[in-house]
Amino acid sequence: MNKKTRILIVDDETAIRESLKDWLLEDGYSIDLASCGEDAVAMAGEKNWDIIVLDLKMPGMDGLETMERLKEIRPETEILMMTAFATIDTAVKAIKQGAFDYLVKPFDPDEVDMQIKKIVTHKQLVMENILLRQQLEDKSRYDEIIGRSDSMQEIFDLISRVAPTDSTVLITGESGTGKELVAQAIHGNSRRCYMPFIAVNCGALPDSLLESELFGYEKGAFTGAEYTKKGRFELADKGTLFLDEIGDISLKTQVELLRVLQQREFRRLGGQDLINVDVRIVAATNRNLQNAIREKRFRDDLYYRLNVISIHIPPLRDRKEDIELLSEAFIRRYCLEMNKEERKITPNAKKLLQDYDWPGNVRELENIIERALVIGRGDKITEEDLPFSKKTDTLPPLPKSLKLMEKVHIERVLSENDWNISRSAQDLGIDRQTLYNKIEKYNIQKED
Amino acid sequence: MISSISSNHIIIAPIGSFIKDSILKQLVEFIYDRCGLDCRIEAKVEIPDYCHNKIRGQYDSKEILKYLISHSHPKSLKFIGITELDLFVPILKYVFGLSQINGTFSIISLHRLYPGFYNDPPNPNLFFSRMQKTTLHELGHAFGLTHCREKKCVMYSSIRIADTDIKESSFCSTCFELFKWHRENTK
Repeated sequence: MNKKTRILIVDDETAIRESLKDWLLEDGYSIDLASCGEDAVAMAGEKNWDIIVLDLKMPGMDGLETMERLKEIRPETEILMMTAFATIDTAVKAIKQGAFDYLVKPFDPDEVDMQIKKIVTHKQLVMENILLRQQLEDKSRYDEIIGRSDSMQEIFDLISRVAPTDSTVLITGESGTGKELVAQAIHGNSRRCYMPFIAVNCGALPDSLLESELFGYEKGAFTGAEYTKKGRFELADKGTLFLDEIGDISLKTQVELLRVLQQREFRRLGGQDLINVDVRIVAATNRNLQNAIREKRFRDDLYYRLNVISIHIPPLRDRKEDIELLSEAFIRRYCLEMNKEERKITPNAKKLLQDYDWPGNVRELENIIERALVIGRGDKITEEDLPFSKKTDTLPPLPKSLKLMEKVHIERVLSENDWNISRSAQDLGIDRQTLYNKIEKYNIQKED
Repeated sequence: MISSISSNHIIIAPIGSFIKDSILKQLVEFIYDRCGLDCRIEAKVEIPDYCHNKIRGQYDSKEILKYLISHSHPKSLKFIGITELDLFVPILKYVFGLSQINGTFSIISLHRLYPGFYNDPPNPNLFFSRMQKTTLHELGHAFGLTHCREKKCVMYSSIRIADTDIKESSFCSTCFELFKWHRENTK
């Protein structure tokens, strides 16, 4: 490390703290001291260290609990545990819970020097690896997102700039364009990357369920609430909460959500206590929220809260130069999964892929490639392996029973809308609750 | 040998144990030779019992330094205590010496510098060489120097006796410049 390595020593014994400080100061390290776990945790909110040397046995918050709390705040900081009462059990436990290593007090000067240098070297290697990876990484790829088109390159650039901040991001784009992958890339390249990424499909849940999913509930809050449950906001604390299909939430839930976004605190359903969370919000929708605002279906104040940074993913038909690259990537992935030799695509099949309109976007392309690899027999993917090569249209005969007909029709509409309840209900001309009732009545289940 | 860079002097005194005059005089010459600083030998300083840790069978170097700070008021630039006692600091099993970084007091233990401690045959030259290096190292700390990355420099960290044996009994050019700078800025 070019800069001075920063070390925090946490021990309740002054003599230990001071003597270790003196020893490490001679090596030119920058040293801070804390006399208990509580102080160390409080200090970690303000300051960052490369290494924390932490005593295992302390009155109040012990070493293991302190380590857990410190790791939540500063996951990148390495912890060196020290103990005067070493047993294999405590050592294994400490290392299992994330300590880099442990030392038995008093140390052999050799040991402490070696451990600190090992951590410094380890951190240097991690940093070098990250830099090297960044250099080597294909420019047509950003984490799991693939695209060489100008529009995708712009998105990659935007993700790089947005990820390290805590700004709220609104991702828009048609179904199947990869909005969740963009959200994951933002999380994965942020300082929150070691903390949870929690995704909620707001469109797939009825109103009452969505609120309890988001905010959790207390035991007895409603019939069936037999235990206290944490909501997604709590689960995502210090991490990222991805709210998919945000355009589908009811006006009531919009108000609740707005309150959390403004105040960063909420109550569980049926709860009294306010719960504070540190969550980065990334939302996504395939709807035109500005139209929804005009039609009074979406609150403009919530829209402005969410739309701090907006990323629009263009449909695949508008970036056809990415089709070949994406197809090759999917072939590689599925051939590997299926333990098959990698296959090429014939020029005619390529042309078909290029000419197709891709209403289901990248997800549809992925499904079609997987299907072609499963059903195709040759060593190449040909036009015969693609479902849109021939207009067969051999639909199964329609059922005669009106009841069965309704079931088949609902299944088809749900499937067309990718099981988006709001959209399906709209297409069917019924409200969401009626659709839920019919799904239950006909025992309609989502196909994997 | 370098020319004198100070009119002030350094005190060398035995701490808690008898030290042969020949050893102390040897150090006086060595420090003058390496640093251009005059040294005076003073009488042995006794240390209180609480500096002895009966469980460890060693002496707490930090407590000794604290005692020296509160009971000695030398009219000198620095004070170097020399002892035969085995020293430790609470967090470490042993130390060869300890200094107040950028302070007045240092203490050096000869206990682990004798070849016999490592079951090696007596070797006076090796012992003297180790003592010189350890003293110059601690004096460097007392003048505000931290450890050097250059293995041959006397300010390289001596974690084990082999480190002491590898390094030379002088500052590298960078540490010497730093030493001079600190020396000139020490009142």
